[in-house]
Amino acid sequence: MSAFLSVLLDGVASGMLLFVLAVGLSVTLGLMNVVNLAHGAFGMVGGYVCVVLLNQAGIPFLPAVAAAALAAAALGWVLERTLYVRIYRSDHLEQVLFSIGLVFVLGAVVDWFMGARQQLIQLPGWLSGRVEFAGVGLGRYRIFLILLCGAVVAALHFGLVRTRFGARLRAAVDDGVVARGMGLPVPRIFTLTFTLGSGLAGLGGALGVEVLGLDPTFPLKYMVYFLIVVAVGGTNTVIGPFLAALLLGVVDVLGKYYVPEVGAFVIYTAMVVLLLLRPQGLLRKAA
Amino acid sequence: MRASDRRRAEGPEAPSTGGVNRPRPTRQLLEALPWLAAVGAYFAFPEYLPLLSGIAIAALFALSLDLIVGYAGVVTLGHAAFFGLGAYTAGLLAQQGWGEPISGLLAAGAAAALLGLLTAPLVLRAGELAGLMVTLGLSLMLYEAANKAAFVTGGADGLQGVEVWPLLGAFRFDLFGRTAYLYSLAVLFLLFVLARLLVASPFGLSLRGIRGNARRAAALGVPVKARLSAAYAIAAGYAGIAGALLAQTTQFVSLDALSFQRSAEGLLMLVLGGLGSLHGALLGAAAFTVAHHALSEASPQFWQFWLGIALVALALAGRGGIMGLLRRLGRGRG
Repeated sequence: MSAFLSVLLDGVASGMLLFVLAVGLSVTLGLMNVVNLAHGAFGMVGGYVCVVLLNQAGIPFLPAVAAAALAAAALGWVLERTLYVRIYRSDHLEQVLFSIGLVFVLGAVVDWFMGARQQLIQLPGWLSGRVEFAGVGLGRYRIFLILLCGAVVAALHFGLVRTRFGARLRAAVDDGVVARGMGLPVPRIFTLTFTLGSGLAGLGGALGVEVLGLDPTFPLKYMVYFLIVVAVGGTNTVIGPFLAALLLGVVDVLGKYYVPEVGAFVIYTAMVVLLLLRPQGLLRKAA
Repeated sequence: MRASDRRRAEGPEAPSTGGVNRPRPTRQLLEALPWLAAVGAYFAFPEYLPLLSGIAIAALFALSLDLIVGYAGVVTLGHAAFFGLGAYTAGLLAQQGWGEPISGLLAAGAAAALLGLLTAPLVLRAGELAGLMVTLGLSLMLYEAANKAAFVTGGADGLQGVEVWPLLGAFRFDLFGRTAYLYSLAVLFLLFVLARLLVASPFGLSLRGIRGNARRAAALGVPVKARLSAAYAIAAGYAGIAGALLAQTTQFVSLDALSFQRSAEGLLMLVLGGLGSLHGALLGAAAFTVAHHALSEASPQFWQFWLGIALVALALAGRGGIMGLLRRLGRGRG
């Protein structure tokens, strides 16, 4: 029982990470209708920045993670302004080619400088080890992840529902033409949102080095997971993708732990079935 | 989505197939050129025959993608599923004691076309964006199934012990790849001619009508889903035959045949050569394979880097590829 609980906790933690990594994609893919297969690359960049700062510059863990998020956000901002903005109106084939190309370039650059091996980090003392809670040993880092990512989820949800920026974003997405007519700076809203999403991916990548692993194939390996989160979760809320990510993380970790011979097959099958049953996402009502 | 379709249908780069243009002597000569070059290459580069076979197989794969992406306008991220299914079908047949190449090829094509026919409703039903992800999901399912069913497929080690009988009972698959190249080239040529007939037929024209504007095509009485399903199955069969050629000529099948990388590379070849033009698929595959050979000798990262740059540049610079360039050159002269 206690083994099951700790596997479950692992699943919840990795689901939370998947959410933080993928939530930016739910904006580009879901709201702006841009097939961005390169979203994981921002996570990868964040992960590598964190690894380099920790292992080579000797910077403590939390500042390194923050720097990773900022670096990924900066990269997202630059790429959105220079490249992505050109493909918003292209058709899906061009977007697919563009984003796969971006993944290849970034993967090759990372491979060139850092090598193809898995990157490892040393967690600080206060995050390693386990705590006993009601007779169950729970990993400290997992609890830290759940608390931190939970805070991100809450912040995003309230940001989208309660703030002025959230209202503007929802307006820009619901009807870009009218929003523009009302004087909303729609391109700038999209840029900011893209930057925020990239930064969150970088945060997820940095936090995930210990849980999801990190090597130059990271963006492609987790691409499907991100797509599932967005496709299953729908795009008009924060809570939908969050629940989808949680479910995905738990099913994935439980599957890998208890039925390893089936592997990722279950996940892919679930993705296809869900796409066929609910092409608009789990929570969205059929139009 | 409709806006981009309109642009594509009316834009200056709307593809023209040879089939609907009036044949002119220079045009016929130009069209014979790639095939003359392909036969000439057999004599000119005897030490590069395996690479040349690779080009022929890649060209067939790109051709099959062109049918579904370029002509029918259905974007897929999982075409490698059919390539891999064909490769494993032919490979397993040969491994289990039926090494006759041509029947193996046909069986592989039929298996892949059947899978295409079965999955087409799923892909088309889901809508454009979700359909794209369904193709990806299906190909990943097949990859994972082949990976885990190691007792049949050999898993990550690949399918060993593929023994192909001599072609037509007379020509053995030799070490230098002579038979392999001529065999691949002949299959490519036959299927290319078939594709030419297909895209110029009323069926092919209705596909282009659907791509231009699916709603209008439906209003004109074109059975849109049935036509797209048929095109999907035909393209799948083509890809299956390409996979079978790879299995038979290399006498080995690896999981790579099913990988996402292969689907992506196929799309790149297609866009590099020029979407919606059958010759573009041939040229794109040749350019891609030669560049792959030359650049990955330097280092794999180098290749991946430049491949990515090429993809980004092609996506930003618009389509047309090599064929678009040639067409612009031709127009400038005339």
